[in-house]
Amino acid sequence: MLALVGPALALLGVFFVLPLGNVVRWSVLDPGGAGLTGVYYVRALTETIYLRVILNTFRISLYVTVICLLLAYPVAYLLASVPRRVANLLMILVVLPFWISLLVRLYAWIILLQKAGLVNSALLRLGLVTEPLPLVYNLTGVIVGMVHVLLPFMILPLYSVMKGIDPNLMVAAQNLGGTPAQAFRRVFLPLTYPGIGAGVLMVFMLSIGYFVTPALLGGLKETFIAQLIEQQVSVLIDWNFAAALAALLLAVTLIVYYVFNRALGLDRIWGGV
Amino acid sequence: MSRPAGPGLRRPRRWAFYGFCGAVFFFLMLPVLVVVPMSFSSSRYLQFPPPGFSLRWYSNYLRDPEWTGATVRSLVIAGFVTLISTVVGTMASVGLVRGTFRGKQLIHSLIVSPMIVPVIIVAIALYFFYAPFKTWGMPLIGTVPGLVIAHCLLALPLVVINVSATLRGFDRNLEMASQNLGAGPLVTFRRITFPLIRPGIVSGALFAFITSFDELVIAIFISGSTARTLPVKMWEGIRLEIDPTIAAVSSLLIGLSVTLLLAIELLRRDRPGRAG
Repeated sequence: MLALVGPALALLGVFFVLPLGNVVRWSVLDPGGAGLTGVYYVRALTETIYLRVILNTFRISLYVTVICLLLAYPVAYLLASVPRRVANLLMILVVLPFWISLLVRLYAWIILLQKAGLVNSALLRLGLVTEPLPLVYNLTGVIVGMVHVLLPFMILPLYSVMKGIDPNLMVAAQNLGGTPAQAFRRVFLPLTYPGIGAGVLMVFMLSIGYFVTPALLGGLKETFIAQLIEQQVSVLIDWNFAAALAALLLAVTLIVYYVFNRALGLDRIWGGV
Repeated sequence: MSRPAGPGLRRPRRWAFYGFCGAVFFFLMLPVLVVVPMSFSSSRYLQFPPPGFSLRWYSNYLRDPEWTGATVRSLVIAGFVTLISTVVGTMASVGLVRGTFRGKQLIHSLIVSPMIVPVIIVAIALYFFYAPFKTWGMPLIGTVPGLVIAHCLLALPLVVINVSATLRGFDRNLEMASQNLGAGPLVTFRRITFPLIRPGIVSGALFAFITSFDELVIAIFISGSTARTLPVKMWEGIRLEIDPTIAAVSSLLIGLSVTLLLAIELLRRDRPGRAG
């Protein structure tokens, strides 16, 4: 049986594990030739311009995660409370964006959010604003685009947890004298914590590694770590520094994953064996 | 079993709840609703609604060898990725689900880890790793094989997750019965296991295909100037000269996605024990 796993192991060993190890090697390679150095890490974590990018990445990822949670929770609740057949139909709407090319969706958002775009002309026509709002190539654009891409990752785990909650529990809470709001807060909400945890983890973990969305919908102030890495490789040809940034990003991602996985047993969601 | 919509809300609040959810669904669908009409615009500017109807952006796309070349290349790469990752991934799933050996959990984690590691890191890792292959006479940067290998890393976890789910879902006694009746492991796989896990294999293969066909970040680094894929061409187009040709390409891609999604939906219906 182990032999069946062989080809997959060989592929990942040579083209995934070795290259990642190689990145770590580059990140500590002394430019002079021999020896190891930590200068690239020090540079990434002390120089203001780089530190700002790192903090920005976390800050925007946090905004995106919170907004996704606020939008997804009621939708997941709706999906869990309507009849199965309706839920399946609505679920197609939730997963459809998954299947539309990322570039197509971001391109559509540029069309929608630009100065003469649909959103601005609607706002103008309704008299809500007197001149077009800057909605793209800034923080607003990045958040709209990222929330749109990541929302299904929040809805799906919430829905799967809510679907498993026995509705009688809510009825019982109310029969015992609780108000509907109390029943929700004290019974339903705590039961959905695993779903909230899984969704928050997924969205935050994916967010901090984002590259394409901030590059297309953001401005200079919304540069993400991934864009910084790309610049170091393609424009500045500083492989060592790029490798150090990549190693930092990888470390943070793995730590976030490990901590949440410990708390929630997410491997079950990934179909662990 | 259904529960009253909204946490026991009175009527006005319940309508607010429905309205909120409706707005979120609208938000999810909005880009799709915009792109398709844009692709039939007669104007070269991104006006919405379009001033008139025209197919010029579709003919623009079909007549430009750069666009069609990139499309064919992406299809070829996605085809190879689907083939390789489905075969390798199905083998690995059978080994992992049926096997009993040490380090199983570790191997499983390794196989799904390309889904967790940010793709930019995979991209530069492969870019650094591929670079010396050129001097060894088998360049992997700017070539189709280099991209196929890279995309297989991302596709493999999707195949393994899908196939493992179906493998765990059926009665193992069927395999044992087959072997007790004298069939060897290969015959058992071909006649018993394979037909039962086929829905998982096919949906894994579809995921693999779409993952490769849609992959941009790795392709930006690996495709060079000689093997540009469709997403790379679109990426450059969106950054440099936004014209509705991209909307035409996008609409074609939406058509492809909807077709694949329907195929998966139909497969899910066939799969026993996984309704909903």
